Amino acid sequence: MEISPLFFYLFAGIAIAFSLFVVFSKSPISSAFSLIVVFFCFAAIYALLEAHLIAALQILVYAGAIMVLFIFVIMLLGADKEVLDFKKSSVFLKCSAVLFCGIGVCGFAWVLFHSPILIGTGPHSLEKIKMVGGNTRAISELLFSEYVLPFELTSILLLVGIVGCVVLVKRKSL
Amino acid sequence: MDFIDWIILGIKIGALLIALLSVAPVMSWVERRGSALMQNRLGPNRVGPFGLIQPIADAVKFMFKEDPVPGHVSKFYYVLAPLIAFIPALTTFSVIPFASSIEVMGRVVRFQVADLNVGFLYIFAIAALGIYGVVVAGWASNNKYSLLGSVRSSSQMISYELSMGLSVIGVIMIFSSVNLNDIVRDQGNVLFHLGQFAIPKWGIFVQPLGFLIFLITVFAETNRLPFDLPEGDSEIIAGYHLEYGSMKFAMFMMAEYINMATVSGLLATLYFGGWQMLPGMHTLLESFSLSGSLSGITYEWVRIVFEMFSFVIKVAFFMWFFVWVRWTLPRFRFDQLMGFGWKVMFPLSLVNILLTGIFIKVM
Repeated sequence: MEISPLFFYLFAGIAIAFSLFVVFSKSPISSAFSLIVVFFCFAAIYALLEAHLIAALQILVYAGAIMVLFIFVIMLLGADKEVLDFKKSSVFLKCSAVLFCGIGVCGFAWVLFHSPILIGTGPHSLEKIKMVGGNTRAISELLFSEYVLPFELTSILLLVGIVGCVVLVKRKSL
Repeated sequence: MDFIDWIILGIKIGALLIALLSVAPVMSWVERRGSALMQNRLGPNRVGPFGLIQPIADAVKFMFKEDPVPGHVSKFYYVLAPLIAFIPALTTFSVIPFASSIEVMGRVVRFQVADLNVGFLYIFAIAALGIYGVVVAGWASNNKYSLLGSVRSSSQMISYELSMGLSVIGVIMIFSSVNLNDIVRDQGNVLFHLGQFAIPKWGIFVQPLGFLIFLITVFAETNRLPFDLPEGDSEIIAGYHLEYGSMKFAMFMMAEYINMATVSGLLATLYFGGWQMLPGMHTLLESFSLSGSLSGITYEWVRIVFEMFSFVIKVAFFMWFFVWVRWTLPRFRFDQLMGFGWKVMFPLSLVNILLTGIFIKVM
């Protein structure tokens, strides 16, 4: 396909532009809306890579469920009135933010250029996935055979998180 | 894909868009006449025979009315919101097959716009985006009632989307696929024989509980009564679309009806055999074929028409069901809605998965 690089740069560009908007926007709700666009662009890039299941789940879980929750909380708390005022923040905070961002970026660049792992095609090529019977089947089979332990451990972790939340809230109300 | 494939795809998209866009005017007529029938009134009956031209009169009114933007709204988001509600609604139907395939001149034509591997997960994903239309509208309107409407909408959506997703897991387990084509084809098999009647393997017969949960949750997802709390005319006036007028309001309304059509299509596809023919139609088709009046390609086309007809009948039934329920049941109170969602629907959908697992193991 020769059109896909064009679409990749389109969606990547939009994603970067809206990520900047998430950071620089002064009202929390516009930040949240921009973040939805970013997630949507990610999903589009996954779809370009023929990872349709990941794309659908990206939209369903992140853009669909988690961001609804974010926006719900923002609207419920009326956080829009507290527009962040950057002038009030101290010089120390600004300097340390720039410093740590710089360290982070440098770290990423170092890993990217010095990583011993060559980025190439993994064992699951497009033809193989097609032979197994599509993305969804390939991923579910892997998830419930080879990676069943990490999968179950993740769900236990989430369960612990939920129970923890309930306990914290209950203690306050009692 | 060569040139002819693109043309076929274009025709399919065009036909589907026309069908979806004409759903809203037809349904607005059905809804008004239906509600009138139930309340012992006449409903709109002045414009055309049985008032059938009324939707066109409405459309003209929507288009030529002044379209004011109130001064206190956040303009960008205010204009954006109807679009966010409308566009996802138009795109979700594309994965639902409305007939099987036919071979014309060595080319297999499928009656489905996009045969995606992820199947109905795509519908759930895109439909989940449609909710932002409601949320953005309520927030941009800068009005307490509108904001209440969108807060209600977002909390309702989170609560019911969970049960909806879990209820269809039973279907995935039974048919072991998320591809809608596979699911429909599998539903053509015979489940068991009851005397001389063959009971087909329709979703409703293998997933009765799952069907019930799914049916209730789609009412909540489409904001229809008894779950129309985001609108709630008697409590918060009209909720999220309170500040909208003329064509912008019409877009919200059309999005609602198109979403109804999509979930009706999904209900028919997952639980009522999709394009599998209605009882009796097979025998009719066979008798045509035996008498020799139909053969070859004509027979195939008649089969496709029969399948499409069956699908449309099933969808139309659910559309009517939506209207029927709307004018029969009162609205929930908000705490009842939340309690029902989390304490009844959610555990029930988990029980459904467990029962399905046991059922598959035993069978």
